[in-house]
Amino acid sequence: MSSTTASPTHKKPSLTQDERVGKKSTLSILLGRPEIGALVGAVALFIFFAIVAPVFLSPASLATVLYGASTIGIMAVGVSLLMIGGEFDLSTGVAVISSALSASLISWYFGLNVWVGIALALVVSLLIGFINGIILIKTKLPSFIVTLASFLMLTGLNLGLTRAIGGSVSSPSIADMEGFQSAKAVFASSVNIGGIDVKITVFIWLALVIIASWVLLQTKIGNWIFAIGGDEKAARAVGVPVVRTKIGLFMAVGFCGWVLGMHNLFAFDSVQSGEGIGNEFLYIIAAVIGGCLLTGGYGSAIGGAIGAFIFGMANKGIVYAEWNPDWFKFFLGLMLLLATVVNIVVKKRAESSK
Amino acid sequence: MNMKTRKNKKAEELLQKLEPKTNDNLLTLKGVGKHYGSIIALRGVDMEVDPGRVTCVLGDNGAGKSTLIKIIAGLHQHDEGEFTLHGSAIKLKSPRVALDAGIAAVYQDLAVVPLMPIWRNFFLGSELTTGVGPFKKLDVQRMKQITKQELADMGIDLRDVEQPIGQLSGGERQCVAIARAVYFGAKVLILDEPTAALGVKQSGVVLRYILQARDRGLGVIFITHNPHHAYPVGDSFLLLKRGRAIGYYSKSEITVEELTAQMAGGAELAELAHELEQLGGHDEELAEAEAGAGPQVAR
Repeated sequence: MSSTTASPTHKKPSLTQDERVGKKSTLSILLGRPEIGALVGAVALFIFFAIVAPVFLSPASLATVLYGASTIGIMAVGVSLLMIGGEFDLSTGVAVISSALSASLISWYFGLNVWVGIALALVVSLLIGFINGIILIKTKLPSFIVTLASFLMLTGLNLGLTRAIGGSVSSPSIADMEGFQSAKAVFASSVNIGGIDVKITVFIWLALVIIASWVLLQTKIGNWIFAIGGDEKAARAVGVPVVRTKIGLFMAVGFCGWVLGMHNLFAFDSVQSGEGIGNEFLYIIAAVIGGCLLTGGYGSAIGGAIGAFIFGMANKGIVYAEWNPDWFKFFLGLMLLLATVVNIVVKKRAESSK
Repeated sequence: MNMKTRKNKKAEELLQKLEPKTNDNLLTLKGVGKHYGSIIALRGVDMEVDPGRVTCVLGDNGAGKSTLIKIIAGLHQHDEGEFTLHGSAIKLKSPRVALDAGIAAVYQDLAVVPLMPIWRNFFLGSELTTGVGPFKKLDVQRMKQITKQELADMGIDLRDVEQPIGQLSGGERQCVAIARAVYFGAKVLILDEPTAALGVKQSGVVLRYILQARDRGLGVIFITHNPHHAYPVGDSFLLLKRGRAIGYYSKSEITVEELTAQMAGGAELAELAHELEQLGGHDEELAEAEAGAGPQVAR
């Protein structure tokens, strides 16, 4: 605890440095951050796997762990922002696949350059986010219901349209189509760093985290996101454009889904239409482990990234340690529980005295 | 306060347009009334608000206090009478219009986000930025500095503007909301029962900030049902009962005891005393109620 115990007195305040604010130690500043619980967990997990499975420390394994983390982390960026804004989205897992299917089916069916499909898929993804947002605003239903409905509808659309257009449960291969190679280079290539191939998604992920952090902490929009998640009525009363901000958040989630969808498509050349179900929870788990409050108003983009990294480590670490991966889900559930308990404690501390 | 926001400027232009007849009161109501369908919520209310003066509106629950402030704050429009601002008759269409005309209301629920730092709350919805285009970012340093300065000017001495506003006491939060209204160009400040949910000590703190706002030249409208809070800070007192004004006094015309008795209604208090007696109430309370029933009460 920091040393701020004095009650408000009424002497002349100095504007530079208040003498009642004891010099905060780096530790106490760190403890005030939302992602601290996740950071401690990540370090502990890293050390743990480094001991039980030394191969975990090799650069190649780390690149694999980072890749696993990035496929969750890209979505976790959008999902974290949305959760800080006080809503969540259950349709993200299948929306990723919807985006990949749109790109693939549109280009294949019309015989277009793959990039046209990619652009239209972006429109589809943003539209899904927009529709989620507008229904939420208009009906005033909880986001749980609205996005559960869109989750089910998208799941059905993915399967139905893919079979109706392509005639199979997986989308037809687009590997020999115009633009495929350049799109693969953008969304699913590897970058060689010191002899190790690092998947490009890792860099996309990091870039998105940096952008999201900047928006959240340094811009008006970030201020509004915290405000609508913390107290929507209050935010509206002081003139924050609540409707626009919320819809924007859902569209940001849609954008992240498009990025990941394009990776899924171009890492191979076709997409299974039934995939993605259940992944929405992984994204939410990453955000929650990273310190985002389910009730909104608190959290960080970096936290979501650390949550995704924990997920990647646990997922691959179990393989490197040669354990039975059956236990992975148990492990994940336990971490989620611990993380939420830590979050509650953190929130209480933030709300009451330091 | 050389650092004004654009909104502030707009408000000032609007005020300047309204300025010419400045020898009038800042804000006046003449025979203002409001009905919702066949229900008459407010009838024949007169009041004046002047810069650097506190006008108290007193009344029990259902007396029409909230209807009155909703009219002044632009949430509702009056049906009868005349509402003038700087001498020109006006009908405020929305709280935004009222705000631009310099009328700010601080409601009981305060419109602050508890988990956000004080400075972020202070500027929420009217953030200051630097830079251009996509690189426009919050001017954090300046906002923190202004927040600290503005609160210091109000006599609120904060340890750290970075702490979540939820950590402040109810009274302090109330004061941040007041300071925010003052900074963003309020000329008329409406305070809706600011002391209702507070303890004795906290109420005292808020009352002092009401005087601070008055001394900075604002016309303050202080709504309360507690005459003991109203009397020490008020310059004039409007008493409402069942949607009607039952009295409008300046401070020299009335004592706190008379105010209390008027508000409660002498006859009703006598009735209450009688009822309490039958129910076997405690002696001291009975005595108090009985004493209150008299026209002149010594406390």
